[in-house]
Amino acid sequence: MEVATPFLEVAEAIEQGGAEDLNVCYQCATCTGSCPWGFVEPLNVRRLIHLAQLGLEGYEGEDIWRCTTCNTCKIRCPRGVGIVDLIRSIRMMIGETGLIPQSLRAALGSTKSEGNPWSGERKLRNKWAADLGFTPFDKNEHEYLLFACCMPSYDSRSRKLVEAVAKVLSAAGIRAGVLGSEESCCGESIRKIGDEGLFGNLAEGNGKLFAEHGVERVLVISPHCYHTFKNEYPELGTSVQVTHMTELMASAIAAGKLDLKKPVDAAVTYHDPCYLGRHNEIYDAPREVLRSIPGVKFTEMIRNRDCSLCCGGGGGRMWMETKFGERFSDLRIPEALGVGADVLATACPYCINMFEDSRLNLNKEDEIRIKDVTELVAEALA
Amino acid sequence: MPKKIGVYICHCGSNIAGTVDVEAVAEFAKGLGGVTLAKDYKFMCSDPGQDMLKEDIRSSGLDGVVIAACSPLMHELTFRKAALEAGLNPFLVQIANIREQCSWVTEDRALATQKAKALVAGAVARALSHEPLEMRRVEVQPSALIVGGGIAGIQAALDLADAGVQVYMVEREPTIGGHMAMFDKTFPTLDCSACILTPKMTAVGSHPNIQLMAYSEVEEVSGYIGNFRVKVRRKAAYVDHDKCTGCGLCMEKCPYKVDSEFDQGLSKRRAIYVPFPQAVPNKPVIDRDACAYFKKGKCRVCEKVCEPGAIDFEQQDSIEEIETGAIIVSTGFQAMDMTAMPQLGYGKHAEVYSALEFERLNNAAGPTLGKIVTKDGREPTSVAILHCTGSRDENYHRYCSRVCCMYALKYAHLIKEKIPEAAVYQFYIDMRCFGKGYEEFYQRLQEEGVRFIRGKAAQVWSGKEYRAIATDDTGLEVDDAQLVVQAEDTLLGKLVRVPVDMIVLTPAFEARDDAEQVGKAFLLNRGADGFFLEQHPKLAPVSTTNDGVFIAGGCQGPKDIPDTVAQGSAAASKALSLITRREIEIEANTAYIDEELCSGCKNCLDICPYNAIDFDDEKNRAVLNEALCKACGTCAATCPSGAIRARHFADDQIFAEIEGVMSI
Repeated sequence: MEVATPFLEVAEAIEQGGAEDLNVCYQCATCTGSCPWGFVEPLNVRRLIHLAQLGLEGYEGEDIWRCTTCNTCKIRCPRGVGIVDLIRSIRMMIGETGLIPQSLRAALGSTKSEGNPWSGERKLRNKWAADLGFTPFDKNEHEYLLFACCMPSYDSRSRKLVEAVAKVLSAAGIRAGVLGSEESCCGESIRKIGDEGLFGNLAEGNGKLFAEHGVERVLVISPHCYHTFKNEYPELGTSVQVTHMTELMASAIAAGKLDLKKPVDAAVTYHDPCYLGRHNEIYDAPREVLRSIPGVKFTEMIRNRDCSLCCGGGGGRMWMETKFGERFSDLRIPEALGVGADVLATACPYCINMFEDSRLNLNKEDEIRIKDVTELVAEALA
Repeated sequence: MPKKIGVYICHCGSNIAGTVDVEAVAEFAKGLGGVTLAKDYKFMCSDPGQDMLKEDIRSSGLDGVVIAACSPLMHELTFRKAALEAGLNPFLVQIANIREQCSWVTEDRALATQKAKALVAGAVARALSHEPLEMRRVEVQPSALIVGGGIAGIQAALDLADAGVQVYMVEREPTIGGHMAMFDKTFPTLDCSACILTPKMTAVGSHPNIQLMAYSEVEEVSGYIGNFRVKVRRKAAYVDHDKCTGCGLCMEKCPYKVDSEFDQGLSKRRAIYVPFPQAVPNKPVIDRDACAYFKKGKCRVCEKVCEPGAIDFEQQDSIEEIETGAIIVSTGFQAMDMTAMPQLGYGKHAEVYSALEFERLNNAAGPTLGKIVTKDGREPTSVAILHCTGSRDENYHRYCSRVCCMYALKYAHLIKEKIPEAAVYQFYIDMRCFGKGYEEFYQRLQEEGVRFIRGKAAQVWSGKEYRAIATDDTGLEVDDAQLVVQAEDTLLGKLVRVPVDMIVLTPAFEARDDAEQVGKAFLLNRGADGFFLEQHPKLAPVSTTNDGVFIAGGCQGPKDIPDTVAQGSAAASKALSLITRREIEIEANTAYIDEELCSGCKNCLDICPYNAIDFDDEKNRAVLNEALCKACGTCAATCPSGAIRARHFADDQIFAEIEGVMSI
């Protein structure tokens, strides 16, 4: 057995980095027992916390990069420890020494120079908007600014999602404008990777842009943008009212503004994205929308709502390679099939991307389709 | 005639004198207007100190005294008593707190001394404006009301009744007995719960000094310490209990069944029922919501079979008024609803039980006659008991429920006793076995082969669910009827999955849903945890801020049977010491309404928390009931015309004190 001596300076630095409640953890291990990694290669969250409490070596190892920030441990933690903030704080410390994983360095570098983590050119950002009939945001004309995440600009699958958004908004008579290539990544994942400085720059840049254009209400398609605009930007001086596409659709349907006539004959199940569900407690809006689509047979999976299984793409994992056999998204496809679904619906571009990959890798292309809730609504519009 | 004030500066050993220059303060006091003499002394609260005070009052004819010492909470009564013995009205004693508010919280000697002088100057100014007040005496009704007939209330009732006090016991359910009546065994001695409880229940039912009002609820409480008036709603039982012989034929013949509350829904009871065979009173009531006659207008089978003709469908609720000197609130607790934690599968999987359900499953008089079997009749080969479900948890209840570790051990024992080959797992965070014989019981269970896994259970799946979502290659084989518990064994640092046939949860012990309403009726405060608040957590554990109202048992916080019984007896003893005084002194510093100034706006009527102000419609003036007034001063602060004066805390008195303090 090894001999260890507490190194409290390290523990204090972690506390100061955003994990103020580190010491109230009483080591019950609800976190380890709740972590989605338990289904593939258990991650000992509890031990990580205890190492951090004592500043002992080991907290900075590879495990710290496995966390997807899915928030399951956090919402169940009996002592209310901000475990996701703790992970972020440790990553921040490691980031200062430059020891972050190679794949994440590329995402950070691209975000720094091009404003997106996808190594895409800044000038291509929001280029889709004009093709889909969106005009530059004008506060006198538009009810919302549509902040559509980086992905539709650089990923063809996500591009389909904004096509659906355009169709739905137009059908509902909701006017939304876009900002051009000046806009940058919201920075949610960047912050989770531990680059607080870069996150600050992104938030400041976007905040300034919002202010210049008089943006008050922002419509988002990604729960990650939703989360950071709603919960993190205000601390940095930018307060806008944020609406997720599923919330907008739920209220539009309730107000009779969307006429869903065309049946979508499908057995649909719904995957709660971590940042929409556990981080922001939006569970009902997407379900209400799905239930109002004619022809949809809605079924719940075993792991639903706050027990939903993470897709594996949060916390920077989108840009990291996950070994075959350890991908959460690979578990979700059979779970959806197991409840008889032929459509796995969700409401997050990251989740869609992860599931599309798994669907290909598992050779399930003929058995199941991956759809954003917005896409299903668009299908139901005549 | 100018007043003569005596000032005494207490050293309190070095507590005050160590920081404050007491001699300088005494010297300073001598120069204040109205001060006849000023002294410093080592311990004013000692006998020689008090004797000195009495002697000075007599010989110098003092008509006001200032004691600069500790908090008035400590010794105001001591000095008031001494003054009274020397012939000085006790309300002419003023305390200047130069310990808690000065020497203990000030490091610099010069500053501390200066502050002490300011406080003394303020007290002297205040003492000069004080008036003598007379304590009032009221008679005490020689009876006690006990609200809630669980073991706490039962114990209190018997203690008081045995002492000759007339006791009224109000119980909401058709029987007394509370939670304890549901248990099979009690930890750590494994006494049969019914065997030790039912004799006490019977004693309550037959005691000549106890009037048991079961199936009744307190509707309204008025009055004050020694003289409460309480309205009790006697719910219609639709059975004339004077005529009923308790033969039980009606219950046998009643064709309508609903879930038995007493058996936690694990068995059925009839629409006309007694909750369990040893009920006290052992007379049935008709559940209107379940009775076919009340619902559809047809049936009346019970009436047909009842020989004494006790069934009375026309019976109405009635209101009974009682007068009582003391009240003991022992309304108990409730177990948390475990569906709040969906990850544990309660309400979803048949073999996940709450603790009370498992108590009934174990009980020889329960739905399975004490056999531990699954809902489909199998004997479990393995059982997991999950600790701290909802307790010690920021999301639900921060506090420890104090009884779960122990009854979890008791369950393990009962399982091992009935099914020796069954594997029993305890998923725990910390074993809290602090009571007498508790640690020994823990060790005994370890000897009996119970397995302890140190880690909170995080997830529960049915075997079917588990197979659908598991992708691991741990080789864990689970069949449909089984359940899988997942936790980290923190001592191993490994994620463990344990397949079991049955799971028992330990729901948090929580304040009842109606605690707020009950608290309002009896003017009880509640803590952040929802339980009723005692007057002092250490020194007045069963008293409340409402004089004459005491609390006992689970309504005050989670506790086991020994502690509950101890509180029941403690509350009885407090009530008894009140009742046997026959007469009590009540606050003299009540409010006073100046009729001339009162404009009849009625603001004070609503604001008074003790309902002590009435309105005289003829005179169009507010009228104070001094007996009810608790001297809180709220009305005086509210009155827009300055018609209400808080005696002893009048504006001029307080301003005088402030001016005194500010004069330094």
